[in-house]
Amino acid sequence: MGSQGSSKDFLDLVKAIGEAKSKAEEERIVLAEIELLKKRIMEPDVPRKKMKEYIIRLVYVEMLGHDASFGYIYAVKMTHDDNLLCKKSGYLATTLFLNEDHDLIILIVNTIQKDLKSDNYLVVSAALTAVCKLINEETIPAVLPQVIDLLGHPKEHVRKKAVMALHRFYQRSPSSVSHLLTKFRQILCDKDPSVMSAALCALFDLVSSDVKAFKNLTASFVSILKQVAEHRLPKAYDYHRTPAPFVQIKILKILALLGAGDRHTSENMYSVLLEVLKRCEPGKGEPATNISNAILYECICTITAIVASPKLLGMAAEITSRFLKSDNHNYKYMGIDALGRVIQINPDFAEQHQLAVIDCLEDQDDTLKRKTLDLLYKMTKSTNVEVIVDHMISYMRTLSDAHNKTEIASRIVELAERFAPSNQWFIQTMNQVFELAGDLVPAKVAHDLMRLLAKGAGEDDEEADSLLRSSAVESYLQLLGEPKLPSILLQVVCWVLGEFGTAGGTHSADDIIGKLCDVAEAHPGDTVVKGYAITAITKICAFEIAAGRQVQLLPECRSFMDDLLASHSTDLQQRAYELQVFLGLGPDIVQKVLHVNGSGEEIEIDTDLPFLQEFVDSSLANGARPYVHENERFEMSSGMSSFVSTSRTQQEPSHALRFEAYETPTVHTPSASSSAPPSLLPDFQEKKPESPRSLRNQLAADNSQVDLLGPEITRLRLDGVQKKWGRPSAPSQPPPVTTSNFDQEIERSGNGGSGVSERASSNRESTPAVHVYTEKKKAQPEIPAEKQRLAASLFGGSSGKRDANGVKGSKPAPNRPAAGNSKEKIPSTAQAPAPAPLMDLMDMGGGDLFSAPVAKASYDPFKELEGLLDGPSTAASTSTPAAPQKSSSIDFMSLYDSTPVVSHNTVPSTNDHDFLSLGLTSSSGIEPMNRPEAGLLDLNEFPANSPLAGLAGLEQSSSSSSTSLPERKGPSLQDSLQKDATTRQVGVTPTGANPALFQDLFG
Amino acid sequence: MTIRFVLLVNKQGQTRLAQYYEYLTIEERRALEGEIVRKCLARPDNQCSFVEHRNYKIIYRRYASLFFLVGVDGEENELAILEFIHCVVETMDRYFGNVCELDIMFHLEKAHFMLEEMVMNGCIVETNKQNILNPIQLMDKTT
Repeated sequence: MGSQGSSKDFLDLVKAIGEAKSKAEEERIVLAEIELLKKRIMEPDVPRKKMKEYIIRLVYVEMLGHDASFGYIYAVKMTHDDNLLCKKSGYLATTLFLNEDHDLIILIVNTIQKDLKSDNYLVVSAALTAVCKLINEETIPAVLPQVIDLLGHPKEHVRKKAVMALHRFYQRSPSSVSHLLTKFRQILCDKDPSVMSAALCALFDLVSSDVKAFKNLTASFVSILKQVAEHRLPKAYDYHRTPAPFVQIKILKILALLGAGDRHTSENMYSVLLEVLKRCEPGKGEPATNISNAILYECICTITAIVASPKLLGMAAEITSRFLKSDNHNYKYMGIDALGRVIQINPDFAEQHQLAVIDCLEDQDDTLKRKTLDLLYKMTKSTNVEVIVDHMISYMRTLSDAHNKTEIASRIVELAERFAPSNQWFIQTMNQVFELAGDLVPAKVAHDLMRLLAKGAGEDDEEADSLLRSSAVESYLQLLGEPKLPSILLQVVCWVLGEFGTAGGTHSADDIIGKLCDVAEAHPGDTVVKGYAITAITKICAFEIAAGRQVQLLPECRSFMDDLLASHSTDLQQRAYELQVFLGLGPDIVQKVLHVNGSGEEIEIDTDLPFLQEFVDSSLANGARPYVHENERFEMSSGMSSFVSTSRTQQEPSHALRFEAYETPTVHTPSASSSAPPSLLPDFQEKKPESPRSLRNQLAADNSQVDLLGPEITRLRLDGVQKKWGRPSAPSQPPPVTTSNFDQEIERSGNGGSGVSERASSNRESTPAVHVYTEKKKAQPEIPAEKQRLAASLFGGSSGKRDANGVKGSKPAPNRPAAGNSKEKIPSTAQAPAPAPLMDLMDMGGGDLFSAPVAKASYDPFKELEGLLDGPSTAASTSTPAAPQKSSSIDFMSLYDSTPVVSHNTVPSTNDHDFLSLGLTSSSGIEPMNRPEAGLLDLNEFPANSPLAGLAGLEQSSSSSSTSLPERKGPSLQDSLQKDATTRQVGVTPTGANPALFQDLFG
Repeated sequence: MTIRFVLLVNKQGQTRLAQYYEYLTIEERRALEGEIVRKCLARPDNQCSFVEHRNYKIIYRRYASLFFLVGVDGEENELAILEFIHCVVETMDRYFGNVCELDIMFHLEKAHFMLEEMVMNGCIVETNKQNILNPIQLMDKTT
């Protein structure tokens, strides 16, 4: 099509933009164009055709990212034009420029009203198109009657647009068209298919908002779908010989809504679903098209959403398998998604596809990987949480943008909180999250972590507690050597050092204080960290004084304190003064006020402040005004102001300053509630209600907490973690646990002891192959060795997992040698429960424990964390140099030196690089021309029936898998290794669980 | 289940057509386009045609020098959108006859008119090429 009818100006502009070799050049052209247009467009008596061109040029200006608001009014004016093309261009530009709340909209409503009455149906439909984009809630009434009239227009084109306009009104303001619901039902029966299909758009929204009201339309939808599938619509509605696929998909979506949780309604759909499935299956010898696969996928969605028959579910599963086995990444992606849906209904189905899932997880393709992580997230339970979280963490390492990081970090935190197998693991995981996502993590997570450390194992097992804490202290001291730690992690570090730094006796107070001063010094701008640091110093000093030792502040610490004494932040000042006071107090007082390990204690706060009673009484006797409660005061001040507002303030008095002291913490866990939740944060102020300054401190504590943590965390939230952990997440877990279950866990892990782990590790060394074998539930001996390794890395990759499960799934506890070696270094536990249980990532049943093939005799999560941060030098002792990248698969890495896994980290960077170089070439003009004339689409290259090649493999794979099925049962591991080696020589990575597939393809 | 935007971008990352079905300011559009174009254009051919970006899922398809990108929200059938892109291209091809980048640039409004017929309120309303092109061809005749 030529460019006739356009002026030379316009052609030149388009050419110039088309030939611009860089963004900068394009920018220059557009800026010049803006200047030109500003002058030209205002000239009087611009001919209409010229004006239309100017408007299109304005569209270009905005499309290329510049403001063209100077010309908006001309676009609005253009809509008045009598010439249809000009009018339509005017409407188009207006819809592109203005949002529905723009001031100029009001000018256009009148034009629209006029055009809706036009005799020319093209004008009417142009106006209706504009209605869809420009009419806002307030102007709906102005056009609604006309739009409703147009539902009866003789032209189907107009009726269709009128339906869509009503749909828009419904989206904008459901109440505006609530009286028209019957209309939508009628339109569904319109004789024109395109009007009917427009009605489907609206009905989808209507049905999703109120399913019940539309149940009686099920039969209509079913019959429409049946007719469409049976090819009753005119050929023009076909797409690549598939009858109206987008209509089919839309109806399938609606059926999914209608049938959800309703057996009766669902049953009415069975036959039509079977029909649709049957018709989408590719005939013999021809590849399935993209579009029929799209319908098949939609069928899976519908089948898994409704109460489906076993037959339909079987078909859905079969199609899912086919998608997963495909080489085409798009199908794999759809397959992973479909798998996630199918396993919601049939959890066992995942098992046979675990290798395909691992393939996708390890794939270079970021989208596929993320989708797989989504799937894993959905199927996480206590038995596989560690592997999955490990994968998420290593994926998080590769991310750079905040949005993704925040999302995945919150998922990790959620999974860790729900399924954490042990405290060590939780702490370690949280540390990694903090390290990677830094300040994207909500502060609550840090508080939960601190709380866990403070609470520890409770009174039952002080030793396990102190071991946990000292290992935390050690790891954090190491961590402090790192440059650039996120603020939130530093806060945790400071708190832990202050609380437990000197507790183990291995570090002198001066050491710790020195470190804390360094932290504060290194972050001069971070008052929160400084606050934590000074409070930590105070605590250490107090512990020292209480122990009867003389405290001589280091000069640097002294100057740090002096700095803070003069700080602009009252919070910091307050803390510094408190430190100063402590330094002057005697051991007996200090001991009472702040004693070692006091953070886990219950603090009784009597909100009545009875010790002040005497003072109050004497004041009253001396004529002071009696205390008026806050609420009453508010009532008085607001005088006659309404009743409602008062009642509201009673519910949430947080608007006003709070003058009463803390209420007693409200969380009461069923048992162990005697040790009420500790409040961790600015703890020492709270701990001295009996000190003379207590009242003031109460208030100060209140303020400082607000100050430090932001309004939402004035009290530590204690409801999260504990409850979640308490919930049994898998059948294998101990029965409902109480808060004190951490102690038990730790105790158990201590008891579980090294005897077992030695056994496990020796076991592993002697027979690695057997392990790989046993790790798969219902072993599949034929699967390629590489795949087995990958699976092994997933299932046996982290030794922490095994501890954890030993700990968590504590039912077989009697099997365990209960050696009383809890004094051993805590995390050195790895247990192989006697009946070598098999673990399975895909197993949703969850009853199984893990075997312990790859246990390390001594496993310390904190050591691992150090390895993470310290780089190869320290990590060398635990793993290969690659390990710092992937802390959790250390075992795996050292076992099998090279894996495809590592390369993931490099992908994004290379991609960026590519892009940069692309940009460079284009800007440096290496590419002679952008060649916009190059054929956009050579239809010869797109045979109508096969829009995408690459499906050939799909069919073959499905057929070959069926033939090879019996083979899978034989225990010929050797064979599979052999086969795998051959395929590898051919240069192919097997994607299916079946090497025979490749023989078929290449043999 | 809605389409949030349709973008045509050439392989230098220059926008050739942009239609948004929700309002974004020019700055937001610019930033969004920059980000997703960088993401999509860097991907090798054998990888998925789908990319997640912020709350969008982007489905893209390349035709010679032009990329078609469609941004959708969560519950959309990606394969169907992929085919919808092809349907758009086929429609343009039928109208322009062996469509190329310059056709779209010289007749930006026509390309928009076709898209207006095919997508309304973020929904696919029409894929019947006769129905899409009829009003446009009629208009061409009368003017």
